[in-house]
Order: sequence, then C-alpha cells, then structure tokens
Amino acid sequence: MTYLKRSPWIVHYDASSCNGCDIEVLACLTPMYDVERFGIVNTGNPKHADIFVVTGSINEQNKAVVRNIYDQIPEPKVVVAVGICATSGGVFRECYNVSGGIDIIIPVDVYVLGCAARPESIIDGIVKSLVILEEKRSNMNSPDTLREPSKGGK
Amino acid sequence: MSRKIVVPFGPQHPVLPEPIHLDLVLEDETVVDVIPSIGYVHRGLETLVAKREYTEYVYIAERTCGICSFIHGMTYCQGIEQIMDLEVPQRALYLRTIWSEYSRLHSHLLWLGLFADAMGFENLFMNAWRLREFVLDVLEETTGGRVIQGSCKVGGVRRDISNERLAIMAAELTQFEADLSDLSDVFLHDDSIQSRLVNVGTLSRTDAYDLGAVGPVARGSGVAIDLRKTGYAAYGDLRFEPITETSGDSYGRCAVRVRELFSSIDLIRQAIEKIPEGDIEVKVKGNPDGEYFSRSEQPRGELVHYLKGNGTKHLVRSRIRTPTLTNIPPLVKMLRGCELADVPVIVLSIDPCIGCAER
Amino acid sequence: MKIEQQTTVVIGIEHLIGRVEQFRKGGYRLVQVNCTKIGEEFEINYSFEKDYRFENIRIIISPDSEVPSISGMYWGAFVYENEMHDLFGVAVKGMNIDFNGNFIKTSIPYPFRNLQFQGEGPCQGK
Repeated sequence: MTYLKRSPWIVHYDASSCNGCDIEVLACLTPMYDVERFGIVNTGNPKHADIFVVTGSINEQNKAVVRNIYDQIPEPKVVVAVGICATSGGVFRECYNVSGGIDIIIPVDVYVLGCAARPESIIDGIVKSLVILEEKRSNMNSPDTLREPSKGGK
Repeated sequence: MSRKIVVPFGPQHPVLPEPIHLDLVLEDETVVDVIPSIGYVHRGLETLVAKREYTEYVYIAERTCGICSFIHGMTYCQGIEQIMDLEVPQRALYLRTIWSEYSRLHSHLLWLGLFADAMGFENLFMNAWRLREFVLDVLEETTGGRVIQGSCKVGGVRRDISNERLAIMAAELTQFEADLSDLSDVFLHDDSIQSRLVNVGTLSRTDAYDLGAVGPVARGSGVAIDLRKTGYAAYGDLRFEPITETSGDSYGRCAVRVRELFSSIDLIRQAIEKIPEGDIEVKVKGNPDGEYFSRSEQPRGELVHYLKGNGTKHLVRSRIRTPTLTNIPPLVKMLRGCELADVPVIVLSIDPCIGCAER
Repeated sequence: MKIEQQTTVVIGIEHLIGRVEQFRKGGYRLVQVNCTKIGEEFEINYSFEKDYRFENIRIIISPDSEVPSISGMYWGAFVYENEMHDLFGVAVKGMNIDFNGNFIKTSIPYPFRNLQFQGEGPCQGK
C-alpha cells in the first residue's frame, strides 16, 4: 500500500485488560509512534469510528457493552483485537470471570499478538485492517452485492 | 428551586482509558453524593493460585496491572522470600530498586500526560508521553519488556545489568532530568493549569488519614506515608524523604508526583553508585509454608500482597490490596461538593488504576 | 532477614468491635481487611498501621456467621467489606454503604467460596 485513500478513525474499548495493552494503544498516538501520520484519529464516539480496537478479554459484565459499541459503529467496520487476552483470554483464560477472546461476541478481522502488544505490532495490525476496511467498502458499493449489514457474533 | 438528578459517569468515558462507573447525584451543578461501582474489568486472578504453582504465579502477579507491573511482581516475590526466609543477594535487591524507580518514572509521566489530557491540554499530554518513551527504552533494553518486564523471580532477578550499562544509564539521566525540568515548570507554574487545579477536590489531612488514603493522595494532603521508608529492597541503604504537600487539592497531588520524578532520578543515581557485585539469585528449594503481608510503595501508593502457603506448591491465598481500592473512599469524599465540570480532573487526580483495583 | 515485624492476634468475633475501637483511638490507619478460606472456616484479617508499625487482628468464623461492620469507625472500610461479601459470601452487618452484592459483579456467585485446586477437579479440557 503506497498511500491511503481515507482517514480512518478508531474507537478503543478496554474490556478486561490489565492496562498494559491500553497504554500501548495510547502510546501509538504519541510523538514516538504517531499514528496520526496515517490520518488515524482516536475518537471517543463509536458513531464516528471505522475501526474498533478492543483490548482485554470478554466477561459477563462487558459483553453487552462491547456488543453495543460494535453495533453503534457504522458500516463498513473492522475489529482489531489487541493483545493475547483479546485473542483468547491469555494467562487469565482460566479465571472464573473471563469468558474468552473478543471473537466469542463479535467478529474479529485482525488479531494483534503480544503480552503486552508492542506499539509497532499494533500499528501494523491497524494498517492491515485498513486493507480489509477498503475491501469491505468496495464490496458494499459493488452493484451485485446486496446492501446487507454484516452479521456479527457466533 | 433545585432538584436532585443522577448523572451516570462512565463506564466508557473519553477521559478514562479504563471503565469505572460513578453515579453522580447532582443538585444543579453541584455534586452532592457519589456512588462508585466497579466490576467491568474484574477477572478474578487471585483464584489462579489454585491453578499455578507459586513460582509461576509471579507472571500472574505482574499482569495484575500493566502500568506498575514490575512492582507487583517484586512485591509478590518479596512476600514468598519472606515466608521462606530466603536471603536474596544484595545485587538483586539493588536491581529491583532501580527497575522500581524506572517504573515509577514511567507511571508518573503517564499519569501527568493523562491528567493534562483531562484538562484539555493536549500539547502537554504529547510532551509527557514523549519523555516517557525514554524510560520505556531503558526498561526494554535492560529487561526485554516495555510495560510487562517479567524480570523478577522468586529468589532474585532474572537478568543482570552490566556495570558499563549502568554507567550509561546514570549518564543519560542528566539530559532526561533537564527535559523533565521544562515539563515540570509547566505543571507547577502555568496559569491555566493552576486555574483548573488549585482548590479543586480538597481533602483535609485528617480525612486523608482517617479514610485510609495512601501514596500521592495522602502525601498531597500532608500525610507522610511512604512505604519505601520500611526499607524493603535496597531502600534501607538509600537517602530520601517522602515528598509532601500541604494544600490537599488536585494541585497538591499533581505537585507531589512532579517532585517525585526528581526524587526517583536521585534514587536511581544513588542505587547505581552503591550497587555491589555478586550473584543475582539464590536457589529456591521447598514450598512456602506460612503467611506474610508483603508491602511496597507503588506509584499510586501502598500495595499489599497477602500470601499464605500451606507447604504445598499452590498457595492457599493471594490477596492483592491495590492503592486505588483504598483511595476510592477519599475520592468519594473529594467529589462531594464539587462542580460537575471538575469531576474528570478530580477522578484522575487520584491516579485511578481500575485494572489493579478489580484484579 | 525480615523487612518488618508483623504481629497477628487471634481474637473472638465478640471482641472485634472493641479491638478495632482501640486501634481507632490509638490513631491507627486501616490498611486492609481480607478473608481467607482455610478448610471449612473463614479467617478474616484486619490490618492496621501507625508509624510503619504493622498490626493485624484475626477472627475465625464459620461460613454462615455474620460479621459486624467496622465502617462506623473506619468509614472507608466499606470497600473491603463489600468485596468480602461479593467474593466469599460473608454476611456483613451494618455497612455504611451496602452495595447488596453489586460492588464487584462476578459471573458466578461467591467465586472464592469453593475454590478448586489443581489436581482436585477434572483435568483441563475434560
């Protein structure tokens, strides 16, 4: 990819993370890593967002919250699960309050591994998700596809 | 005619990276009561003692919180060592001290940035986090991890820092200290910051002590509690005084943390100067049998790891009392009577770490 | 080498309020309250500190008994007592702020009550 067509915005939610990945997501915004050079802006409002970045695993409490934020994001949207906890539950998968990775609730497009995920790999994951976002957009606009919102969840 | 209304604050709130929920009871613009409610990031990691051996549990302890990770791991190891009467080599204790102080630098800079962000001072947020990257680089070079270090183990530390590297670290601190001075001038003397902080969320000395405040929240109100004074790790050999402010408002808490940055730099220098040669770990045999309240000073205040073993390889109980949990009652006190617009600043002024508090 | 001396005194539940009152009058600060399950009994530790002197009192109760709240003397104790209730199911009487089991919301009620240690239950994945 040599240039970006659009300026995608992200919304970040901390499911039940230990903060390690959260602060690395925030670190991506700061001068050292600076994702704004890709036109990426961190927004607090899901309705402004294209990319949903989730850290930490799913528990009973935040199931509804994650689902709700996902539903509020307009189509097309991509989900990036950051960190091993968001992928599978990580070291906490045996805890009684941890149900598992993000993909038990919403479909995930890109998994970023690491405990904690490094800023470089987070940026890499987000840039990868841009390609998927672009694909989803062109699929939506192609005349032979019905405009059907993607179905989430298992 | 005023009427009481309840305004929910959180769980997903732009000012907080983590979810906490507060029900604010308002009378016009004034907050009259606050009901905190947590549980969004509760994992129940203390139950993992049943699944992991005590030597493995240090990785779980470290992941209690991604910000003060090293100190969690160290406090856990220290507790097991106290139960098993292990004599940890001096060099390991000094290394733990050095890494603890770097963790404090990184945590305080992180908080200063978030605090600036809560005040709407975006530029300062970026600057604080730019400086923080220097600390993370040192941590990464010496331990291999940026935020989760994994360098502590029961009986010592996992890796040594060479003396040449230590000398470079000490030399690099000079430039870092100069950069920090510029940053701290803004936090301590800038008009717009003072107008947001002075006399906002005041906590009296008596209230701070009675409600069990710890760390910068207590010290900002003039209560000089600093667990490093108990002399765990190598702190017994180093000279320092707890930093206190008397104003008790958000500005006082901010000033304590800004001044602690310089005290941490001083502690790192002293530790690098005094670090003895020698081994970095002792062999651990047997299983812990007994109990200990392992206490240490985190960036946010006093941390307690209560550990109880019964002679098997699984501990019976690990209980992590984090500083944020005990700073919630003082927070409720501070919020009563404040203006709605000041709530984000006051909540952040205790440096809440919800991931820790709920475990 | 011990970092600090820690004393633990086991007392009867009926003396709890009196002892806590003494600590309060002596100017101690409440460090923490926690519960541990030992066999079929619960051990509850109340830790206090003054000038870096750490003192701990302990009561041993059966899982069904009710514990009096100390939040009348230490206002901030409600966080520990609610936590104890939510994780262990210990009934605490007279808390100043009672969340009725909603302080820490867990997916199963009282998860620390019946902790299964490795080797006791079925293997992972079965």
